[in-house]
Amino acid sequence: MVAKRKSAPIRVLIAKPGLDGHDRGAKVVARALRDAGMEVIYAGLRQTPEEIVRGALEEDVDLIGLSILSGAHMALFPRVLRLLKKEHASRLPVFAGGIIPDEDARRLRRMGIRAIFGPGTSLDEIVRTAQKLARPSA
Amino acid sequence: MSPTPRLTPAARAIVGGDRRALARAITSVEDGDRSVEPVLRALYRRTGRVPVVGLAGPLGVGKSSLVNALVGLLRARGRSVGIVAVDPSSPFSGGSVLGDRIRLERRADDTGVFFRSMASRGAAGGLATATREVARLLDAAGFDIVLVETVGSGQVDVAVRDVATTGVVILVPHLGDEVQTLKAGLFEIADVFCLNKSDLPGSQVAERDLSELASLGPAREGWRPPVVPTSTVTPSGIAELWSAIEAHERFLDDSGRREAGERRRLSQEIVDRAKDRFTVDLTRRLENDPRLRRLLDEAAARRLDPRTAAERLLATRRRR
Repeated sequence: MVAKRKSAPIRVLIAKPGLDGHDRGAKVVARALRDAGMEVIYAGLRQTPEEIVRGALEEDVDLIGLSILSGAHMALFPRVLRLLKKEHASRLPVFAGGIIPDEDARRLRRMGIRAIFGPGTSLDEIVRTAQKLARPSA
Repeated sequence: MSPTPRLTPAARAIVGGDRRALARAITSVEDGDRSVEPVLRALYRRTGRVPVVGLAGPLGVGKSSLVNALVGLLRARGRSVGIVAVDPSSPFSGGSVLGDRIRLERRADDTGVFFRSMASRGAAGGLATATREVARLLDAAGFDIVLVETVGSGQVDVAVRDVATTGVVILVPHLGDEVQTLKAGLFEIADVFCLNKSDLPGSQVAERDLSELASLGPAREGWRPPVVPTSTVTPSGIAELWSAIEAHERFLDDSGRREAGERRRLSQEIVDRAKDRFTVDLTRRLENDPRLRRLLDEAAARRLDPRTAAERLLATRRRR
């Protein structure tokens, strides 16, 4: 794989898997990442894991952000990770935000979700974490 | 004459339908990463054979929804489609939110559609040049049709003319002053006018006005842009829009205008590329070459005006 230039903007896909209809949180995060200089591909509501992974690969993003409020995270997030593995793209970092109980968050982290943000997380922290995940060496 | 370039492994992967290889090559073009040059060079000869349809119009006229509708139509007819959607970068942070994917509906396993979002950034060689290279990569990857979606304002308008074989300008009823300001440039880029949201009241008046506008001007090289009313809500007019695009593509072939258009676009692209390289080269030398640096110092000290400095700069280059 061709190494990207350090100066190139970070590309991130923000998507909402599952059926809940509120994407305010996802939009606020998308905007904060944009203001930090990232190119945010906003995939929107009701995305299947298949659509998310396909979108991430077509857009050749550095990072995937998932937002979920419906409670279906234990079904949907592992599926995203499995599909990435199937595409030999396990190295693509995935972070998540939403209503996710601590116990679930621990399990998801063990499965490979790199960071999980609950309600009340500062945008600064999300931006910093996203930058670190996308460019670990920078 | 340069010999026929052998396909590099990455180029072979792209031609063979490897979508990851295609996606990475596009990223390299966007990033101005020169390691992609052998790939572009090797693929060039295989390109230039498919229609590149540009869709431009002001914010909110329904470009993404129309693209989605066209993709649905073309897939139903068995044609594959590569799409590149350009959105503006923030002049402040350099970041952007690219939201054109939201409207895309397709089966997740449909390999006949490839959608890529692109931020306008300050692409090397200009936005049009980068977009053309991306369109060419989609062409080389074997898509039957390439769609380029852009925000139609200011310079981006012109970019459609520099990229597409057929330019579609999308407007909606009650655009009023917007149309007035667009008028001057409209005919240079519109091969087809699309009046979207034609389910809204006032669309008949808008269609009449637009048709009058289209028939007033001189027919450009024997082609008069038709006005096609569409709606993605009802939906209606999508097949008619595609027929109008196809009619223009046929006109290009029948009238011999296709080659002239491609020559014009290539000439623009070569000049843009050269200009970009020249600028980068010159900027670096201004910073490093002591003699050129002295000109800069003189200008900064108000002893030499910028025009004279530029002239001496060119004189220095010629002497070398």
